Amino acid sequence: MTKDNGTISKQKFMEELRRYQKGSVTRRHFLGVTGLGMATAVLGTAMPGLRPRPAFAAGDIGDRVILATWPNYHDEMNFEAFTEATGAHVQVNVFGSNEEMLAKLQAGGSGWDVFVPTNYTITTYVGEDLIIPLDTSKLPNYDAGSFEQRFSDAGSVDGQLYAVPKNWGTTGFAVNTSKLDGAPTPTTWKEFWDLTMEGYSGRTMVHDYQLTTIGNALKYFGYSFNSVDEKELADAEKLLLDAKPHLFAISSDYQPPMRNGDAWMTMCWTGDGKQMNVDMPEIAYVLGAEGGELWSDYYAIPKGAPHMDAAYALIDFLLNPEVNAKEVLAHGYPSADARTNALLPKELLEDPILYPAADLLNALEFGAAATLTDPNRAELLARFKSA
Amino acid sequence: MTKRGRKALLLAPAGIWLLVMLALPLLVVFVFSFGERGAAGGYVPAFTLEQYANLPARWTAFKNTLILAPLGTIAALVIAYPLAYFLAVRCSPKWKTSLLILVIVPFWTSILIRSYAWIFILGGRGLPALLESIGIDDVRLINTPFAVLVGIVYGYLPLMVFPIFVSLDKLDKRLLEASADLGSTPWRTFRQVTLPLSVPGIATGCMLVFILLMGEFLIPAILGGGKVFFVGNALVDLFLQSRNWAYGSAVAMTLVVVMLVTVSIYMKFISRLGGQREDVSLM
Repeated sequence: MTKDNGTISKQKFMEELRRYQKGSVTRRHFLGVTGLGMATAVLGTAMPGLRPRPAFAAGDIGDRVILATWPNYHDEMNFEAFTEATGAHVQVNVFGSNEEMLAKLQAGGSGWDVFVPTNYTITTYVGEDLIIPLDTSKLPNYDAGSFEQRFSDAGSVDGQLYAVPKNWGTTGFAVNTSKLDGAPTPTTWKEFWDLTMEGYSGRTMVHDYQLTTIGNALKYFGYSFNSVDEKELADAEKLLLDAKPHLFAISSDYQPPMRNGDAWMTMCWTGDGKQMNVDMPEIAYVLGAEGGELWSDYYAIPKGAPHMDAAYALIDFLLNPEVNAKEVLAHGYPSADARTNALLPKELLEDPILYPAADLLNALEFGAAATLTDPNRAELLARFKSA
Repeated sequence: MTKRGRKALLLAPAGIWLLVMLALPLLVVFVFSFGERGAAGGYVPAFTLEQYANLPARWTAFKNTLILAPLGTIAALVIAYPLAYFLAVRCSPKWKTSLLILVIVPFWTSILIRSYAWIFILGGRGLPALLESIGIDDVRLINTPFAVLVGIVYGYLPLMVFPIFVSLDKLDKRLLEASADLGSTPWRTFRQVTLPLSVPGIATGCMLVFILLMGEFLIPAILGGGKVFFVGNALVDLFLQSRNWAYGSAVAMTLVVVMLVTVSIYMKFISRLGGQREDVSLM
């Protein structure tokens, strides 16, 4: 039998509810352990009318702002504070891939005010004329100098600012070490794939995302994460097809199966790794020694955003170091903002999952624009999935 | 107003709806299917048959759909028929309404959330744990074609139950008495009277479920773990992930054609089946 640490009993649920009501645990913790997060995310955001009315409206920025972002990536309390301060309710749309965001914007009429693109997509958005240059006079909390440059420079294209840094992170893998039968924790992508096809057969998950799934398969052979070379991609495809019968799932929603013990290993982003490791220490987060992905997310405003003032207001609010520090504490993704980091506890800044050792970090690569838009990589993943 | 004018007026809303919501989009998809993918994705006008030539790359998706959609339809029919029969023929009128409501109740919740529930039932902590406690070890249910089939039957059962229920409910009970009076066994009465008279319901239910299943993508995505791939999933990927609208349009057009062919064969089969009997009525 697997250890009982994923599901929740009635009694435990009530205890957690009491803890949350007393304020001794965060809302994220409560929603996470009780499994209500998913349900509320789906139900709550679609109906602003059901939300309590704000006590006052500070500025006339409209009654809502629509944010397209990633799963488990914000502190809900901050959104409530924003609504309280401005009268604008934050409606959140959650996405699973940059391609999906790009597809929605290309199709037009997304209705988004703010969205969260990753570093390698921004030149494409600018090239396709889908995002607007940012007016820094409307972002008083944005201080270019306080951001670590490698995590902020993708926001500018040809010297013009289009996006401001949100968080950065890595793509490694999470492994449930209690299933290793005493074997040492894997440290490389080679071991990740070998373990998938042997001891962890039927228990591994890979992202439903070409950039990382193909990139980390390329790493098995020591190729670049960003390779678009035909021969190298053919090698990666062979590995993926060999591994497919051994996979538990191809999905970017890996926390639930990892937590309930259905999956034992998964490709994983920093914050998810941290969130799982906090609740279940036997789940380790590993950066493949061969390298892998280093990434940085940004806030940007799509062209034709319906609530432009609210969009600026929300970005500026989230750039406020105090608000941002709360965000980091909630989602576990590091910030590149020195002002924010100054407010964070020391043990967080020394956390090996969030801030990996320099030698591991140096092996990582930023994803490239060409990697995302390469039609061969897109088709490769589609073939892998439909095989 | 002339009779003709009134007729046109009555047909106008449906006609405009079909034109704008069906014919025009289908035309767009048809035109796109001969185009090419843009550099950053999307669609570039062209005239090429390349997209159609590339169809074999999605063969598995078509194969999965063409196996699991009919299988799901048959499974739903096998489970729905006895239920509908019970509700329409055997159930006391006192209970009928409440039981019918119970069949509808699941529709009040989104299929997404209902399918999520099955993740936990079929996942390691659900049925497999139960089986383990009686000594059947290491059963994997979630993310298999079986899980998708369970989700399909669960999600589409009411669509099968209702048409069959309606056709059985209308059934004139005096026909059954007549059959018994003439010496038929209950089984023979069922086979020669009840079953043939419920064929329209069966036909409608199967058609509803089958057509919807051919375009299904949510259940395989959730309960198949991205490993049981339907044409619907291939389409979602082509439009939202690889953003190859031209190829996606070619796959969509092919699905439409496959569907038209299977459904027209099915209709022919059903009308032959229906044609074998005379309309029976005691009135």
